[in-house]
Amino acid sequence: MPEPPLLSVRALTRSFYGVRALAGADFDVASGTITALIGPNGAGKTTAFQCLSGVVPPEGGRVLFAGRDITSWPPERISRAGLVRTFQIARGIPRLSVLENLLLYAKAQPGETMWSALIGGCRATARRARDRALAIARRLDLIGVANQPAGALSGGQKKLLEIGRALMAEPKLVLLDEPIAGVNPTLAERIAAHLESLRAEGITFLVIEHHMDIIARLCDPVIVMAEGRTLRTGSFSEIAADEAVQLAYLGMPA
Amino acid sequence: MLDYLASLAVFAGIYALLGLGLNLVWGLGGMVNLGLAGFFAIGAYASALSALHLHFPLVAASFFAMLLAAAAGALLAVVTARLKGDYLAIVTLGFAEVIQLIAGNEIWLTNGTDGLSAIPAPGRGTLSPLAFDLSSAGIVWLVLAAIAAAFGRLSAAPYGRVLRAIREDEMVARIAGKNVLSFKIGAFSASAAVMGLAGSLYAAYDGYVAPDSFDVLVTLLVVLALTAGGVGRMQGALVGAVLVVVLTEGTRFFGGLLPGLSALQVASLRQGVIGLFLLLLLRVKPDGLLPERIRVHPLDDEGETTR
Repeated sequence: MPEPPLLSVRALTRSFYGVRALAGADFDVASGTITALIGPNGAGKTTAFQCLSGVVPPEGGRVLFAGRDITSWPPERISRAGLVRTFQIARGIPRLSVLENLLLYAKAQPGETMWSALIGGCRATARRARDRALAIARRLDLIGVANQPAGALSGGQKKLLEIGRALMAEPKLVLLDEPIAGVNPTLAERIAAHLESLRAEGITFLVIEHHMDIIARLCDPVIVMAEGRTLRTGSFSEIAADEAVQLAYLGMPA
Repeated sequence: MLDYLASLAVFAGIYALLGLGLNLVWGLGGMVNLGLAGFFAIGAYASALSALHLHFPLVAASFFAMLLAAAAGALLAVVTARLKGDYLAIVTLGFAEVIQLIAGNEIWLTNGTDGLSAIPAPGRGTLSPLAFDLSSAGIVWLVLAAIAAAFGRLSAAPYGRVLRAIREDEMVARIAGKNVLSFKIGAFSASAAVMGLAGSLYAAYDGYVAPDSFDVLVTLLVVLALTAGGVGRMQGALVGAVLVVVLTEGTRFFGGLLPGLSALQVASLRQGVIGLFLLLLLRVKPDGLLPERIRVHPLDDEGETTR
């Protein structure tokens, strides 16, 4: 019997001011994959992320994650369950340092309750969180700016911090919203390599991206959305050869 | 002169307590709480009434004041959970006005605009006026030191980090797995408790509370104190409070320096001078005298986390 998918999305719907952004999207994300979510502008990709992460509640449909129905859960509960998203426009907390931004995402920190913050103690957990944050900062080449405010980072470093923060939360599945859009080709390659090695360590990714060459190399399978629905799912070469996909992107047969 | 200075120290300490309270909720949490005078009044009346009718000693009266103010703070936080910025400011300002109106009109409880007088305080009547002022200043500054230390810890702990994150981007804090509503309620009630404590000390020291003492000017002065001192940094609240009290009281002596002006003209000039000073200060130091700092962590694995 095959392993059930890590994430199942069924008949997801959501409208904004009468416009149907999601009109019944269905897709699965299998454990251990880097799955791409592509489609022309207005296909509903970002809305799907908003619904999956709990930022915007869906109007209909179901979201199953790691065997649990997480439909309409609040975002903090979804993150704690192991489904963590990043933001398309990097949203680092500008007046916290890079390290503090990472530490913010650490799970179950006793010093976050008023009482334990006053009493102190729990140094062991604090140290574990800090070591983890330092390790992630090193891995993503952010160690040199670890004590800089996140607001002072370059665009590429902000993208790396988005990924780092999600990793800090010990996720099973990370939703990446355009992780390499707008960064230079060298950094794009490095980000792709980071994702590949993180996948090898057991983290699953669902990625919205427009860079087709990176998707071709990195992602399998590829889910194509158009007009709020799932159009096709398959390997990149299958998708690229599909006439319906070409029609959706170009508006006419290629 | 010495008892005048001692009484200034008491007022500066009380303003500093209010400033610390505001700093937790506004400076760290980003919630513009202009209901300050309301919590101050709740604390003052709760303390005065329990001391007058139930003969609570100051410590018990102060705990009662903090409890009541914290409960009001929690309630206000729940009601305003979805409001931000200007909208939150307006609603909290309205809350303070409502409290002042209640204090002025529920005569059976508060004695209306006549106020409550002869509120007992430790040492009043038994000590000389000077000794009473000095011991009051000592009590207020001890309490202030304890609260400043506690809030400093909160600010440096992961707790403070989450509040700062909520200040800057609430949705990111939620994605980070934090229960934002419970943080808001906690910060609101802790800050309200400290404002209530300030009210209790004020009632005991002054011996008299009336609705006039809790008008919007109190809120305004504390907001100014925190802005001048440095929003987001606990020492900023202390420095700002002392500065504002020195400014408001120091300008009192202008009349003697400027002969030929009526008392009314001197009073107006005082307000103008205070305003001008703060404008200039914020022109030179836009983040206040002690701006918030980015926390620096050592980057080696062995180092302890320090400030």
